Amino acid sequence: MSTETLEQAIVKEPAEPLLSKRRKKFITDPLNDDNPITIQVLGICSALAVTVKMEPTLVMSIAVLFVIVFSNLIISLMRDIIPGRVRIIVQLAIVATLVTLVSEVLKAYLFDMYKVLGAFVGLIITNCIVMGRLEAFAMANKAYDSVLDGLGSGFGYAWIILTVAFFRELFGSGTVFDVPVYATLSEWTGGLVNIQTNGLMVDSIGAFMVLGILIWVQRTQNGYVEH
Amino acid sequence: MQRSNLYIVVFSAILTIVLGGLLSGTSVVLKPLQDKQVELDTKKKILGAVMDISNIEDANEILALYDKRVTSTVVDINGEPMATDAKGNPLVAEKIDFQKNHNKFKKDVESRPYPVFMYMKEDGSGVDAYIFPMFGAGLWDWISGFVAVDSDLNTVRGVAFDHKSETPGLGARITDEAVKARFVGKKLYDASGTLQSVNMIKGEKGEPLDDHHIDGMSGATLTGKGLNAMLMDYFGYYGAYIDKVKAVNEPVAQVVEPATEVEEETAE
Repeated sequence: MSTETLEQAIVKEPAEPLLSKRRKKFITDPLNDDNPITIQVLGICSALAVTVKMEPTLVMSIAVLFVIVFSNLIISLMRDIIPGRVRIIVQLAIVATLVTLVSEVLKAYLFDMYKVLGAFVGLIITNCIVMGRLEAFAMANKAYDSVLDGLGSGFGYAWIILTVAFFRELFGSGTVFDVPVYATLSEWTGGLVNIQTNGLMVDSIGAFMVLGILIWVQRTQNGYVEH
Repeated sequence: MQRSNLYIVVFSAILTIVLGGLLSGTSVVLKPLQDKQVELDTKKKILGAVMDISNIEDANEILALYDKRVTSTVVDINGEPMATDAKGNPLVAEKIDFQKNHNKFKKDVESRPYPVFMYMKEDGSGVDAYIFPMFGAGLWDWISGFVAVDSDLNTVRGVAFDHKSETPGLGARITDEAVKARFVGKKLYDASGTLQSVNMIKGEKGEPLDDHHIDGMSGATLTGKGLNAMLMDYFGYYGAYIDKVKAVNEPVAQVVEPATEVEEETAE
């Protein structure tokens, strides 16, 4: 957690607009400059595991977003009554409860997704992004700010894994959201364009490569200095 | 902020009770829905082995179709109907967790209950196809299947496979329509009545093969081997039942074979 930037104590302002500049930064920072995956390099495990196809990735993103936002909110509301010595356990208990809820709901309403994601939804508990935000932000900030921070980190996580999943599904299975792209291309061109799927992409190796390229592109864009 | 030990203990206790209550509450509320999903999933797989149901979206329609066309029974290794399990609880074919049973009776295949599903003819006049659930090991984790066999108990009507974590694009192709279609029309028994099962060959040659072999999946030889082993094992286990049904259907033709089949079973 050394890469986490600890939030400074917040100066009280009488009536801050709902989306002030400071608050907007909670959402926009994690999307790019402070992205949980590409910059903080957290939550890599699930970024590798679930990104073979778009559909489960989308469900996973929503699940993580839900867990981050609500655990941030709950911990932030409880921050003054949580005893410091057991705070990590309390955070873990809250996160675990939310994750179990998500998993139960998936099982009841999206059984096919539950079968694909099963174990990975449970593993959101160990997703470092969630615990990281709770410890670094929600424990020290007001509820509304924490929700914004959760949204920011959640979307930051979501867009990265969705991008990775897009390329992996396209190159690896020749489909996007299970719509056959390669097959259609080959049909349109009368078999002229006949692209083979790349088996490497459905393996975790594919995720590493796409993620690596993403980080490279991002660092070239933003300028990166080794600390 | 340093709190007293008592505060921490009370806080933890309350938190545990609240969270525990919340979880058990959700579990109780969602249980019927989840059970229905599991049931639907099983019935979809059973129907999927004999017909294309991918265009039926409505869950109730699938359940209704299942109720209309499918009957089931549970048999033991000797092909005798099994009404209760070892503890005396009634057995319902649809409720049998054959993954659990597969592992529980790994060394003791004689005691394992074997569910059989019968797809009835449209007018209900007899069995159109028999569907045998089976379970085995792929490369990474379990694989399972429902194999539908024509009423001659020899010709494969269709298959539906499932797996936990075979490699997408390689072993996971056992769930592809194109791979599943390779099984259709293949024979389980040779002319002498010996079980040959349907075997997937190594490699993908695209050449026509005999009645007991189908084209393999390139790059997924081990998944194919697991599949072959699963089919061979389970048709062995179902052998006695299959012979019994055959004997009823064509009492003259099948006189000697049941005996040899049973011997093979015990030798295993």
